[in-house]
Amino acid sequence: MTTKIVIVGGGSAGTITANLLARNLYKNITSGKVVINLITDNPDHIYQPGYLYVVFDKVRPQEITRKQKDLLDPHINLYVDPAVNIDRDNRIVTTKSGKEFDYDYLVVATGSRIVPEEVPGLQEGSYWFYDMQSAMKLREALMNFNGGRILISMGIPHKCPVAPLELTFMLHDYFKQKNMLDKVQLHYTYPINSVHVIESVSNWAVREFERKGIKYDTFFNMEEIDPVKNIISSMEGDKFGYDMLITIPPHKGAQVIEDSGMGKNGWVSTHKKTLINDNYENIYIVGDTTDIPISKAGSTAHFQADVVAERLTSIIAEGNTAIEYDGKVVCFLETGFDEATYIWFNYNTPPNPSPPSRMLHWMKLGYNRLYWLTARGIL
Amino acid sequence: MDEFSIDKIVDTRGSHCPGPIMSLIEAVKLANIGTVIEFYFEENQSMQDASFWVKRVGHQILVEEAIGDYFHFVVRKIK
Repeated sequence: MTTKIVIVGGGSAGTITANLLARNLYKNITSGKVVINLITDNPDHIYQPGYLYVVFDKVRPQEITRKQKDLLDPHINLYVDPAVNIDRDNRIVTTKSGKEFDYDYLVVATGSRIVPEEVPGLQEGSYWFYDMQSAMKLREALMNFNGGRILISMGIPHKCPVAPLELTFMLHDYFKQKNMLDKVQLHYTYPINSVHVIESVSNWAVREFERKGIKYDTFFNMEEIDPVKNIISSMEGDKFGYDMLITIPPHKGAQVIEDSGMGKNGWVSTHKKTLINDNYENIYIVGDTTDIPISKAGSTAHFQADVVAERLTSIIAEGNTAIEYDGKVVCFLETGFDEATYIWFNYNTPPNPSPPSRMLHWMKLGYNRLYWLTARGIL
Repeated sequence: MDEFSIDKIVDTRGSHCPGPIMSLIEAVKLANIGTVIEFYFEENQSMQDASFWVKRVGHQILVEEAIGDYFHFVVRKIK
């Protein structure tokens, strides 16, 4: 009898999980006892943290893009055919072309997407950088920016919680290099009562904002943008003007999740340690798709993929498992063009950022190149 | 106190990022009007921040209490 594993999603979580399983279960696959099918909606795999560098013209789009088929172990069956329904009770995934994939184990790694249409005026009035086209558009707008107020704001939820700070500090250094700091006012807003969710990072960032002359406001949750008058309004009742608005739009999970009745807004109920979907013992949720209240970030996807691959390997090969996810997240945080800091934390250990340094900046740049080894399940 | 039943539970204990207040704002923002959401926080500061934000935006606090080593907070989205 063949054990069928279906992985829905070809981002970091799905790709790493698939490659680790293919390596762990190599003998089972080559002997016909296990089959791994990966279903994705995109023939390309993009290293999404690279968008930030695209904005500042520091990497080319092709440097952060690979063909999905080139990243996957050849023993994995790849289907570029979006999943449109997941029937958990009958254990069938249906794709847009009408194919049906039955499974014994399902890994849901459908990720998240920006939904700028959920904030009135955002599509017309704002730049962002969470997809290639938008990052390129922002890059061009910055090249042509002659001065004025740049307001940075973000929706909830959003992935990569350090990105807003990175963008702001890199904007500062970008205009510093162009000798335009006297013409540009950076105005950072944040949804909660500090400038970052991690207190130690926030305390450090406030000092940096004040040292660099960056204005900031807290408890600002964007509600509406007037793209004609260039005014952004918040749920809390504040209004600010801008000459250029850069936002991180709110995110939702994949449409297939909602369409399949698996979770509101595309997030799936997930056990914080086993990563199992409620009572469906054969379904694992990884990466942005979980509803666990932790960072939606590439490293989260990576560490969860490690756990899911090990759990499935143990269950298939040995019949049981005790491996659990401990909440681990690791993030580099660019503090400008020359320095970076680094944080890690898990469910039991709070984050404690290192002092920014050039070495950490170069480590981050190095990892940007090494990511492809992570995607292949090697690093 | 009003009679109410819990529609959604958000346990932020052990969450460092995005953190309790971000999780609270997300849950309230994404909920339908009338939804009652129960939160668990590790720190009193989180409950104070939550209380401040909920009042400022205009929702209704139903429960705000310390229980042992954690904090219990219930809010109804009213607009």
